[in-house]
Amino acid sequence: MTEISLTVNGEAITANVLPRTHLVDFLREELGLTGAHLGCEHGVCGACTVRLDGEIVRGCLVLAVQADGGNVETIEGISDTGEIADLQQAFIDRNALQCGFCTPGMLIAAQDLLRHGGVPSREEIREHLSGNYCRCTGYHAIVDAVETTAKQREAAQ
Amino acid sequence: MSLSPVDLPNSYIGRAMPRPNLARLTQGRGEYVSDLSLPRMLHVVFLRSPYAHAEIVSIDSSEAAKMPGVARIVTGRELAEICSPWIGVLGHLKGLKSAPQHALAVDRACWQGEPVVAILARTRAEAEDAAERIYVDYTELAPVVDAFAAAALGAVPIHADLGDNIAFERKLDAGDVDAAAASSDHVIAQRFVFGRHTGVTLEARSIVADWNRAEQRLTVHLGSQAPHMMQNIIAKHLAIEEQQVRVLTHDVGGSFGIKVHVYAEDMAVAALAKLMGRPVKFFADRLESFVSDIHARDHVVDGRIGVTNEGRITFFDIDDITGIGPFSVYPRTSAVEANQVVNLVGGNYAVPNYRARARVVFQNKTPTSQYRAVGHPIACSVTEGLVDLAARAIGMDVVELRRRNLYADDAYPCTAASGIKFEGLSHHASLDKLLAMMDLPRLRKDQAEARARGVHRGIGFASFIEITNPGPAFYGVGGARISSQDGATVKLDATGAVTVQSSITEQGQGSAAIIAQVTATAIGVPIERVRVILGDTDNTPYGGGTWASRGAGIGGEAAFQAGRALRDNILTVAAAILQSTPEHLDIRQGVVVDAADGRARLDLSELARIAYFRPDTLPRDMQTELMATRHYVPRDYGFAFTNGIQASYLEVDTETGFIRLLHHWVVEDCGQPINPLLVDEQVRGGVVQGLGAALFEQCRYDDQGQMINANMADYLVPMAGEMPDIAVGHVITPTAESAIGAKGAGEAGTAGAAACVANAVNDALSPFGVVITEIPLTPELVLQALGRV
Amino acid sequence: MKAPAFEYLRPTSVIEAIALLGQHPEAKLIAGGQSLLASLNLRLSQPSHLIDIGRLPELRGIAVHGGVLRIGALTRHAETMTSPEIATHAPLLAAAIHHVAHAAIRSRGTIGGSLANADPAAELPACALALDATLVIIGPGGERREKATDFFTGLFGTTLAPDEILTAIEVPLAAANAVHGFQELTRRSGDYAIVGLAAQGLRGANGLSALRLAWFSIGSKATLTPNAAAALLGAQPDFTRAAEMLAQELDPHDDLQANAATRLTLARVLLRRVAGPLLTPSGIAA
Repeated sequence: MTEISLTVNGEAITANVLPRTHLVDFLREELGLTGAHLGCEHGVCGACTVRLDGEIVRGCLVLAVQADGGNVETIEGISDTGEIADLQQAFIDRNALQCGFCTPGMLIAAQDLLRHGGVPSREEIREHLSGNYCRCTGYHAIVDAVETTAKQREAAQ
Repeated sequence: MSLSPVDLPNSYIGRAMPRPNLARLTQGRGEYVSDLSLPRMLHVVFLRSPYAHAEIVSIDSSEAAKMPGVARIVTGRELAEICSPWIGVLGHLKGLKSAPQHALAVDRACWQGEPVVAILARTRAEAEDAAERIYVDYTELAPVVDAFAAAALGAVPIHADLGDNIAFERKLDAGDVDAAAASSDHVIAQRFVFGRHTGVTLEARSIVADWNRAEQRLTVHLGSQAPHMMQNIIAKHLAIEEQQVRVLTHDVGGSFGIKVHVYAEDMAVAALAKLMGRPVKFFADRLESFVSDIHARDHVVDGRIGVTNEGRITFFDIDDITGIGPFSVYPRTSAVEANQVVNLVGGNYAVPNYRARARVVFQNKTPTSQYRAVGHPIACSVTEGLVDLAARAIGMDVVELRRRNLYADDAYPCTAASGIKFEGLSHHASLDKLLAMMDLPRLRKDQAEARARGVHRGIGFASFIEITNPGPAFYGVGGARISSQDGATVKLDATGAVTVQSSITEQGQGSAAIIAQVTATAIGVPIERVRVILGDTDNTPYGGGTWASRGAGIGGEAAFQAGRALRDNILTVAAAILQSTPEHLDIRQGVVVDAADGRARLDLSELARIAYFRPDTLPRDMQTELMATRHYVPRDYGFAFTNGIQASYLEVDTETGFIRLLHHWVVEDCGQPINPLLVDEQVRGGVVQGLGAALFEQCRYDDQGQMINANMADYLVPMAGEMPDIAVGHVITPTAESAIGAKGAGEAGTAGAAACVANAVNDALSPFGVVITEIPLTPELVLQALGRV
Repeated sequence: MKAPAFEYLRPTSVIEAIALLGQHPEAKLIAGGQSLLASLNLRLSQPSHLIDIGRLPELRGIAVHGGVLRIGALTRHAETMTSPEIATHAPLLAAAIHHVAHAAIRSRGTIGGSLANADPAAELPACALALDATLVIIGPGGERREKATDFFTGLFGTTLAPDEILTAIEVPLAAANAVHGFQELTRRSGDYAIVGLAAQGLRGANGLSALRLAWFSIGSKATLTPNAAAALLGAQPDFTRAAEMLAQELDPHDDLQANAATRLTLARVLLRRVAGPLLTPSGIAA
């Protein structure tokens, strides 16, 4: 076991982990933060997307021990700060989620694009979300919701 | 003018509104079975057969049993004492045969990935460590991996008792195909090849089963589309009473039919929970999902079409072979897909001459069964592909040939050549709407200009019919305890709010939302005051669940009727309180009003207070029944057919074979949409699954029956970057069968998408004299067809 | 799949890391981990130890020094994408990096990791060949330099000894008349390419005076095709001859995406689409 100390959603956490435990299993099993999901564990589907030190990462391709000293934000934490409240509402209004399993990763990936500001084109939105698999929506509604949010934020500037 | 029941003031039926209760899913606060953790829970890992066909000679788990965290290791023989085997046949599919299948393979493994040993440990990782230390001695047997070879005379049967590998054969001969062929100006024959698919639900299959020894009751957390069916089957095969089993579905991370079937792993987990007296959890990883989730759509169809020079289609003729797995899947069988192909080919055209043969053949590959749009994509691709070929043969525009042969919009009711009955469809109105939406003349001009620059774009169409709202004809008549009716119980609580318990289930399509919309409308309350309970066999009426696009049409109708019944009961009480009669009263926005002028008389919260806390003030003989249950099954039509038409505009890079989807259109007629927003999104999601089929998806096997692309990098699912925007329009032809007139819509997108993409590619490649009738349309396939490789 | 068990060590210097590699012959280095952790999750490898070099300051930094651009091995792909020095002095890298996987992978993956892993389908080894880069390597015996053209030996193979660490990549500064092109053919954005080409050259008044064509996803390693490139030099670039040379200089493989014949056909298409624009005034194809 290795001891790690990190911040998760603003909370200081100290824990003992096995080196082989990846970050998402640590978040889900140890901390009960089940918002980050597992879809493939080979880094392809994006369901495990979380933020580490401000950057989006595949939580299944980061070991918990690598996050030692780091700052982890999951969908629960990002949601509670209100950072993506407008984006979440846009998803709901547009029905850009159906089963909801891809949604945490999709929201975090979308926010990663939106925080750069401006209004990305639909192609740019699709490109940025091209690493997040959704089987339910066919992506069109998701692109709409992200585009709507970008325009709203731009207008509010 | 009298309003129909669905035209009520403040009706939620037909309203495009966001689903209530979605916020938690956007916050990562969904509760999926894969999230569930119970005290003293064990994780199970299945050691799976590495061979497509092998005798299991011996299993040595002595080393594994001693490894850290391991609680128990169980083999097929041991588990067979707790869980009886099953056979996936139904009486109405005459001649369908299959062999008994166990939860863990006994003596013989019949597909690569079949579970052989169960390892129970404290964590999944420890169970996997132990699995590496189990030594199974296999004797490889020759695998059957080609459907044609499997069906050939003299082929070695996988199950000796069954005599051959033909699980099921269906033949149909309507009208006079030979005479029609003789009288045709052209007869075109073409082979259509379809890649095997699997669902790739983002949340892999997961189950938690918990046997409470004190209560002698099993609680099963399983994201099944049909929890009552699972309750029945688990009870049956564990030899306990149905009442001893409770199934809870929770949130489900995608299903599309994948999670409606009975899986060996699920039965094993239920049995292991009973064995251990502790909760047992299985959460499939992605690699095992590829080889253990049901597959589908593995067909080769030889099709023929006849046409006159004037543009009359004279006949359809198909010979379909589909390779399933070594067992017919339980309980819905692996024969329904082929059966539907036979039922549906040519069904959108008024062509009386139709012959079909379908053979369903055992193979040593992952078992197959119903997956979104079951059989429709095959039937549509064959039909619409043949129609385009016929148009080409006589030099007629593809739209014009369809105009001349699609059933007229006033032809109904009528029966198609295959025997399917139509109540009312709108092929022509849908085609009109589609052409208007896509501005076909503009696209043709764009296509011509691009061609002049050496850029090859194509436009393709696919008209289709879709089976929805199935009655007992689907399964019940065959002896399966799969309910085709659904029920709803609605109740007014002590504060005047409404709870509705429904037997349909939610996988993200919006079942809970439409039940709330229908119930709120039926009673007359604001939707915010309606709470929906789904997916709990202890707390919902007995019903079929959500599959075959039946949730809205059947479950919604039950909720509507239950809501009306509760409304009547409420008005009876209100009449007593207000010294009026029910006919003079109405409920609007949660308030009892005078029907004539809408004057508010009594808030429902006040009525509830009186009924629950001061019933002494009500007439002595009044039974204030503020709870009502109704069940519904369609009676007049075995299925509610819907129709639609799709179009694709795409570009083929003839140097690289790459295909770029530029745009997609769908016009769908699903009767009265309860929530058009949800219907449109179901259509879009379904379309993209069909686009995945057209371009990307295929389960690939080597000649030893090994699936060689069983991971997310090699099995290509459609991602956002390659998918087009999808325009959706509607025509509304309600069904007279039910009050709300809703048919189903969940599978329409998938039914036609691959067909119109294939037609568009062939349109793009028409200058090259090339026709491709195989999917997925990979760059290599396109280059080979063009002779560039 | 859950990874098999291993020990975890985090040295505080490159020297310490090398010593640990010497002590634990079954150990693997982890930096970004985007390839390694996927293979561990799939139980494709079973290292005894992971030695985490992901925080070593000696492996970081992008700077122009002595006529070369030195890129630290730990430079994350996301940094490569935004680095002004790379944009100025090695624009081929800046162009190629957009095609590497997706944003969430690029925030972790490193250039050193990609080069040391030598995946034949990866973009960066081909870029290293096209740029005529030099790799800086430290082992128990000290520091050595190796040309990229010698570094890649075969399928996931490099000349790195088990106790050596790649510390930096040195790229000659792009000349004023440098041109570059990059294109890959992928089924879906971010996928491994079916075939890819990284091209770097010099263009003057009489056409290209130098050209390096580096291919990936074709054969067991990133491959230069000097004869094909030579056919495109000068005032009379001969694409027909260059295409013929490709058949001789490339060793295309069969895999699930495409067979060898298809790959060669696609390579010829890329040759025209990437090298062709290099001859035009804009000089860039991507």
